[in-house]
Amino acid sequence: MNKVIIIDDEPLARSIVVEYLQNHPDLEVVQQCGDGFEGLKAIQQHQPDLIFLDIQMPKITGFEMLELIEQPPGVIFTTAFDEYAIKAFESHAVDYLLKPFNQERFDKAIAKWNEQKTNLPEKMTQSVLESASSSPAQRHRIVVRNGSKIKIISVTDVFYLEAADDYVKIHTQEGYFLKNKTMTHFEQSLDEQLFVRSHRSYIVNVQQITRIDPYEKDSHVAILRSGAKVPVSRSGYGRLKEVLGL
Amino acid sequence: MTNSPLSILKFRIIFILVWLVLLADNAMVIHFFGMPWTAAIIDSAIGNTLLLLASLLVMNTLRFYLPRGTQYINIFSICLFLTILWLILTKLFLRLALSEYEGYSNLLQHSLSIRFSIAFLLLGCITLISILWYNQQEQKEKEDRKTDAEKLAKEAELFKLRQQLQPHFLFNSLNSINALIGSRPVEARKMVQQLSDFLRGTIRKEETQWVTFSEELQYLQLYLDIEKVRFGNRLATVIDMEESTEELKIPTLLLQPIVENAIKFGLYDTTGETIIRLYAKKEGDDLLIRVENPFDPETSSPKLGVGFGLQSVQRRLYLLFARTDLLVTNAKENIFTTIVKVPQGLIS
Repeated sequence: MNKVIIIDDEPLARSIVVEYLQNHPDLEVVQQCGDGFEGLKAIQQHQPDLIFLDIQMPKITGFEMLELIEQPPGVIFTTAFDEYAIKAFESHAVDYLLKPFNQERFDKAIAKWNEQKTNLPEKMTQSVLESASSSPAQRHRIVVRNGSKIKIISVTDVFYLEAADDYVKIHTQEGYFLKNKTMTHFEQSLDEQLFVRSHRSYIVNVQQITRIDPYEKDSHVAILRSGAKVPVSRSGYGRLKEVLGL
Repeated sequence: MTNSPLSILKFRIIFILVWLVLLADNAMVIHFFGMPWTAAIIDSAIGNTLLLLASLLVMNTLRFYLPRGTQYINIFSICLFLTILWLILTKLFLRLALSEYEGYSNLLQHSLSIRFSIAFLLLGCITLISILWYNQQEQKEKEDRKTDAEKLAKEAELFKLRQQLQPHFLFNSLNSINALIGSRPVEARKMVQQLSDFLRGTIRKEETQWVTFSEELQYLQLYLDIEKVRFGNRLATVIDMEESTEELKIPTLLLQPIVENAIKFGLYDTTGETIIRLYAKKEGDDLLIRVENPFDPETSSPKLGVGFGLQSVQRRLYLLFARTDLLVTNAKENIFTTIVKVPQGLIS
């Protein structure tokens, strides 16, 4: 018996999935959730094999929710219309259902999932997430986990990002938060007019910079409003000058 | 095609008056040089009639061919050529008609250069005036075309803004209907009806841009009913309006995107029940509508404020009233408020 969780903010949208699932007695719905927070809890509690996930939901989007799960289960997205997301799905193997969908299409998605679940589903989900969340419309906030709580950080509140092994430290007014992503991911997904890779291990919010001082030979240091000092390499200095229009 | 200056009565009268003055003047001068009145008048009539014809020719030619830049030299040549032609013809006719008068041939011979100068001057003037006239005429036409094009573009944009529909809304509604068909077919049928009525409203292309506030509310109700089916008991609305606002005018479909924005904002940002409140009252000459929705200041996206839905409302208000201050939003504690003012005075 495989466990299924349905996450969608519209009750009727959940009920159609339940209805279509009657064709698949080997799948059992263990919980239905109306938003990403609930979904997150339910996933941790039940460790489902498959989730049906809407993208536009209260508080956090389906993508943001998945980002917070270390080993996401198989995911079938159910969405009405999302041009960025569709682009992301098309290049990958994870299936998506465009609302409204019929039983036939639904069965196909299940069949696809059945085939794939032996072939490392996490990796595929991961790659969908990478490309979906780096689409231009996505990144005006970053969702992180802070202990058992979920924290949504507006990118304008970010001072700078710092590489830390497999994680990125996101420095803000309230201290730093860790996110399991690469620097390159953030460099690509954040607005390049606001965030500049000043150094191999640093991305800085240019609106936070108060001045840039020379530091040793060939390098500089950016002083932020908060007083923090962010290293600026020679090539990073060039990029900063370009964005700041110097 | 541009009209000749003579299409205007005033110019026609001036033109004829000037011609009559020339006629009299010419006759008097000839008489002054010792010719009898009959000869003087015949002389004047022949010369000036031919000149009149030449003038009309110039005016009409310029109507189809307006010189640009360096082509003015051509105009000068044409003037010169016409004047010479005129002089030859005049001389010919005058000699035929008046050679029996004593001393006339002599007078004609001596007056040729002065006749030429006057004719050239007059034709030159006529040409210049015509060019100015036609240029101005052309400019005006261009201006008119531009205004027309602008008006058309504005109307098209207004129409587009009016029928803006979020694809999300449409597809999610269809999905809800799909779910209802199996379990609750009666409700499914009702929702199909509501959705059709709503869609019909958005694609209506009537000239009537304006409806009464109560009509707009009825339409809004359709939208709210659909949303309530979609979101179940999570969505509640409270509408509170002064009776005096019922007959006030509002651009059609202005309210729906505002409420849609409030619903999205409210529902997507909070997880519990969302109450959308709408107040309407008359304030001075304006219809004032306030829409409130809850939001969570901790998590709401920083793009708070004028999202796409509200942008289109703002643009419409600007196109209709040329004002940017009619839509105001603010966020206090956990309530987001959108206030829109619809001036009543200017509505035609």
